[in-house]
Amino acid sequence: MRLVILEDYDLASEWAAKYIRNRIIQFKPSADRYFTLGLPTGSTPFGCYKKLIEFHKNGDLSFKYVKTFNMDEYVGLPRAHPESYHSYMWNNFFKHIDIDPANASILDGNITDLEAECEAFEKKITQAGGIDLFVGGIGPDGHIAFNEPGSSLVSRTRVKTLAKDTIVANARFFGNDLSKVPTMALTVGVGTVMDAREVMILITGAHKAFALYKAIEEGVNHMWTVSAFQQHPRTIFVCDEDATLELRVKTVKYFKGLMHVHNRLVDPVLSIKDQ
Amino acid sequence: MPTNKSVSKAPITQFVNCRILRDHKLQREDLWVREGRILDPEKLFFDEEGYADQRVDCEGLIIAPGFIDVQINGGYGIDFSQATSNVRGGVALVAKKILEHGVTSFLPTLVTSPPNIYHKVGTTSTPVLSTCPVSHHCCHLEGPFISLEKKGAHPEQYLRSFQSGGMLDLIETYGTLDNVAMVTLAPELPNSEKVVRELAQRGITVSLGHSVANLSQAEEAVQNGASFITHLFNAMLPFHHRDPGIVGLLTSDQVPQDRTVFYGMIADGIHTNSAALRIAHRAHPTGLVLVTDAITAMGLPPGRHTLGQQVIEIQGLHAYVAGTKTLSGSIATMDMCVRHFKQASGCSVEQALEAASLHPAQLLGITRCKGTLDYGADADLVLLDDAINVRATYIAGQEVWRK
Repeated sequence: MRLVILEDYDLASEWAAKYIRNRIIQFKPSADRYFTLGLPTGSTPFGCYKKLIEFHKNGDLSFKYVKTFNMDEYVGLPRAHPESYHSYMWNNFFKHIDIDPANASILDGNITDLEAECEAFEKKITQAGGIDLFVGGIGPDGHIAFNEPGSSLVSRTRVKTLAKDTIVANARFFGNDLSKVPTMALTVGVGTVMDAREVMILITGAHKAFALYKAIEEGVNHMWTVSAFQQHPRTIFVCDEDATLELRVKTVKYFKGLMHVHNRLVDPVLSIKDQ
Repeated sequence: MPTNKSVSKAPITQFVNCRILRDHKLQREDLWVREGRILDPEKLFFDEEGYADQRVDCEGLIIAPGFIDVQINGGYGIDFSQATSNVRGGVALVAKKILEHGVTSFLPTLVTSPPNIYHKVGTTSTPVLSTCPVSHHCCHLEGPFISLEKKGAHPEQYLRSFQSGGMLDLIETYGTLDNVAMVTLAPELPNSEKVVRELAQRGITVSLGHSVANLSQAEEAVQNGASFITHLFNAMLPFHHRDPGIVGLLTSDQVPQDRTVFYGMIADGIHTNSAALRIAHRAHPTGLVLVTDAITAMGLPPGRHTLGQQVIEIQGLHAYVAGTKTLSGSIATMDMCVRHFKQASGCSVEQALEAASLHPAQLLGITRCKGTLDYGADADLVLLDDAINVRATYIAGQEVWRK
């Protein structure tokens, strides 16, 4: 694991965006060979998306040969609803970049046969050649995507009922009315994300600190599903100072001491203008 | 690039680098157009996996819905109240010229005229084309059922009353009501109630004007279906604190809950003192509709010109009944009115633009396709700079004028 600690949310977002940018450009994607990216939603990656859009608008990064697969989507929420993950992705990312709409895949929570939709999504990922880089976040209860505590660590894309913690955490997007929050979602499994060649988890804020501690300093445990990535060969955790508040001083010092190594991944930052 | 799972193969235009007027705010958003209508880009992206075929760089300009003028008597030498040999051509000429002022829809207005004028002009009006009920194919009939005392520039000899009971007089005078979008009348005329009710039921906007009605008479007319006031303050009794007259409708508590009384305002700096404009705007901001009440001479050089059955004289920015000091209409353009309204009232850019687009569309009940930039609305657009100067005008997504 790489643990990259930046001072604040903005710097963490920028580091993560630069990393994604470099990975895409290094890959040299083309019409025969797309770069596949797994994507999250929520407030954590918001700053990262803004930065990626900025890179695109400056002409340094193109998503023309990038295929994206989102982690999850609510069940039963109209696609046009402002809180659907389709709306989030459109407003905060897709509408600002040059991605081909046919290459942007998000699970459809309004389809009649939800299980078939999940299976089809897994197939689509396989057909795309697997995910090169899966970007994710972490819930306060340590979940990745909607893999709530108790989810199998080898699970695949499926329907999940949301935990109380998650519903409460999401209420703020639904006018603080718990009854309006969807109770089910389609989500990629822990196993699905583990299949990615590389995983990057963004964790910012003090309210995520305990989850980060459980994810990296305690054992692999299905009650804290992000801990599964301790067994992935290539995982990066990008966080801000606040998210490290529950970690041992020794852990934090060790990884901070490695920042000069980590920073070589984003410095120099590449641009398509140079190609 | 055309879409994959297409709903339509028609080309898609994306206006970028612009600020659009939506939800009463100027927002930094792109505007998407297909087949003459505003398109929902999110639906396009997810349902059709589509994207734009061409992009128009607006260079930071404002995009507002095209302006709608519900009171315009002519312009550029054309007088809508004259029975010329080419009525249709005259309307088309004005329609083309006022694109420069950002006006994409308007109601050709006829002042008080003898019946033969209505019969001739009314029957040569082209029938309604699009699914949207108003473009420039429906007219505003201002008179002849108006008050003698408040005739203004209208010719006295052609004024009429509802002596035969109401609708009969109307049909006798106008001939047909097929192409009529609005009628201005004086509600104090006996038998007007039936007329107001009947017109409103037929979907024709009834406007109160050129009248000496008191507030109760005006309120009764509104309850019967009247929804507009023709050029507020002009050709009506002045506001009085014990009987506000028609002006009192702006704050009347007798207006039915679900209805709004709109009022036309000639914001040319001449027809209404700025302070009066501000009083009206502050009393009832959502009902203000900018109109030009432009006459034949609008767009022409100073001198004498005809209006209906009378001769008028241009002196600078004023237009008088020849030989008098009675104002006979304005020669201001709509974009001038929007700028003047904003400056005089101190309102926001959004409010000024809505007074010329959203509000007239609401008045006419056509907001489904005009007066907004909502998905599905007709792509009648005006591109403006921050000083509200018109830079380009579009109808159904096609550029029809550029500065």
